[in-house]
Amino acid sequence: MRFLLDALAWIADPARWPGPDGIATRLAEHLGYSVLGVALACLIGVPAGWLVGHTRRGRGLAVGLSGAARALPTLGVVTLLGIMLGIGLVGPMVAFVVLALPSVLAGAYAGVEAVDPQAVDGARASGMTEVQVLTRVEIPLGLPLLIGGIRSAFLQVIATATLAAYVGAGGLGRYLFLGLKTQDYPQMLAASLLVVALALVCDLAFAALQRVSAPAGVRPQ
Amino acid sequence: MSTISRRHLAALVALAGAGTLAGCAGSNPLEESPAPATTTSAGAPAAAGTLVVGSQQYYSNEIIAELYAQALEKAGFTVERQFQIGQREVYLPELEAAKVDVLPEYAGNLLQYYDKTTDVTDGTAVLSALAAALPEGLRVLDAAEASDQDSYTVTQAFADEHGLTTIGDLAKAPQPVKLAANAEFATRPYGPEGAKATYGVDIELVPVEDSGGPLTARALADGTVQVADLYTADPTIAKEGFVILEDPEGLILPQNVIPLVSAKVDDTAAAAIDAVNAKLTVAELQALNARSIDEQARSEVIAREWLAAQGLA
Amino acid sequence: MNWLTHNLDVIAGHTLNHLLLALPPIIVSFLLAIPLGWVANRVRWLRAPLLTGAGLFYAIPSLPLFVVLPVIIGTGIRDPLNIVIALTLYGLALMVPVASDALRQVDARAVDAADALGYPPLRRFLGVDLPLAGPALLAGLRVVAVSTVSLVTVGAVLGIPSLGMLFTDGFQRGIIASVLTGIVATVALALLIDALLVLGGRALLPWTRRAPRAARTRRTAPDLVSEVAA
Repeated sequence: MRFLLDALAWIADPARWPGPDGIATRLAEHLGYSVLGVALACLIGVPAGWLVGHTRRGRGLAVGLSGAARALPTLGVVTLLGIMLGIGLVGPMVAFVVLALPSVLAGAYAGVEAVDPQAVDGARASGMTEVQVLTRVEIPLGLPLLIGGIRSAFLQVIATATLAAYVGAGGLGRYLFLGLKTQDYPQMLAASLLVVALALVCDLAFAALQRVSAPAGVRPQ
Repeated sequence: MSTISRRHLAALVALAGAGTLAGCAGSNPLEESPAPATTTSAGAPAAAGTLVVGSQQYYSNEIIAELYAQALEKAGFTVERQFQIGQREVYLPELEAAKVDVLPEYAGNLLQYYDKTTDVTDGTAVLSALAAALPEGLRVLDAAEASDQDSYTVTQAFADEHGLTTIGDLAKAPQPVKLAANAEFATRPYGPEGAKATYGVDIELVPVEDSGGPLTARALADGTVQVADLYTADPTIAKEGFVILEDPEGLILPQNVIPLVSAKVDDTAAAAIDAVNAKLTVAELQALNARSIDEQARSEVIAREWLAAQGLA
Repeated sequence: MNWLTHNLDVIAGHTLNHLLLALPPIIVSFLLAIPLGWVANRVRWLRAPLLTGAGLFYAIPSLPLFVVLPVIIGTGIRDPLNIVIALTLYGLALMVPVASDALRQVDARAVDAADALGYPPLRRFLGVDLPLAGPALLAGLRVVAVSTVSLVTVGAVLGIPSLGMLFTDGFQRGIIASVLTGIVATVALALLIDALLVLGGRALLPWTRRAPRAARTRRTAPDLVSEVAA
């Protein structure tokens, strides 16, 4: 309990917020890494997932790759790429993309697959091309599940982005490692609280987005 | 290190038990756990005649620990190895609690851990101050000649460009200079604040958590940083032709290798460790480290062959 | 591959330690998640805290949790129990929502039929609800198993022996073979446990074996949701 209060005091200290080492900078870096990592994962995972969902082909492969990606230890990927690429953000970023990919991919194909087949058949019957079926029916109807996938990917990356500091990048992990190496529990706890708070805020934003993204006709009450 | 500790098994059994109970009661597992936790941490006391040798999470320290461990085994002791224990803040409490009996330490950093305000900088004074600062139940044996200390190291090219020989000369380079080191460097007395106060140099720390390892060296070599905190026994310094900046003001404490031991270490054990330490020079330590990095040899192999070569096996 | 051949025993030892750290959280979180998921479905006011709380718990970075937990529960910082408890909590965070969904989507007609046949509540739960929820529970368990095996490695930063030690040591000494071996061994261990779970599932839930491969049929939304949540 005392540590928790110390940690809150640590965060509340206004002197810790500004400057290149300040909490504001580290928060922004942390959020930036997470957004970039998930965005890159979306760039790969969303089209691939839509394709799998629409064609109903390659689902086994997607599930298998997702499982293997989930088993990849992030610390190992970060250190391996660190040794190979040197310090900086590239190594951790690859690790974050790998981390985010399974959830994004699953969200994309599950969203398309879950669309009521009658709606799809109806669209085909009314003369839509396959591309139109995908873009006008399956993708909009599958959007909430896709955003759900991106949401859980984002949470995971925020929690893991602390590892970027292990190889010389920034983010909230900087406080974490410094606290760890000097047994400074308040600092370490403060860093964790900031990560959790960031995750909470982002999660709420995603929840709202998920609600808004459902097409009006199928929005749950 | 390669065997499963009894604590693992105990933890497994204890948690499985606690978990099942909690599961049946449908209650919070956290409420059940403290009890088994205490039994497991206290449940495996080392038998008499058994000494626990620990090491820092640093390959060079592990080699020295392995040297001590094998010397102790030669002297008839049963040794349990607990290597790669985080940092000082993690293992010193374990030594104080006599869960670890022997650990290779570095004189200056150990002193600064127990006496944050110390201002001694020369080797002899550090050793006598250390003897006074240690808590009850802990003592150090004789220091080795070998030291492995933090350094402000630059590339030859950077030294030539700005005419650098001492840390203070860094003030001649564009400020702030970027320095790669472990995160805790920021809080050490010889860190950025010390450099500013003693030499008037502005340091921007780039934390890399490999303890002066290949990433730190690489960041220095490719110019990502201008200075790196490499440890002086690191064979990379000679191999890459890096320059260690001189420290005329004694900002960085001498870090002679010094065995930190618990009360369980008797005269026979101490003599075995002393015999190893007496042969440990800077050059020997660098050679030991080089085998670990260049040949990727294992610490027990490196230690065994070195002890044999020194006539200690 | 000199390093590999000279360190087979080290790798084997780390693998065994890794397994001993990973198995208890997988088993315990699975066993605890079922009653907790059931409670979440039955006790209205507990539902939101259990399910939302579980999701957010997953956002706590593992490294500080491993470090802070001993302060809270009074164990030593290097006590493997910290890792075991922390990973159990992560397992619960993943598994409780899955268990809640799995139990909720059990066909009400089957439950009604069992009630009509006079099954006592516990026997109905064990004999009807649980087997019918089995496939979804298994899917969740597989995700928990794989991510737990992967998360154990983080403990190496604190000096708790596991395959993660191959990362920390290899990182310092610049030995790529060491880090790569650690990654491959961790993934292999995770996939091995996953495969065993699939086989175990086939033995315990034989009726799922012949299910048509979701060919053109539509899978239920809860199925997909738990897949995405995972």
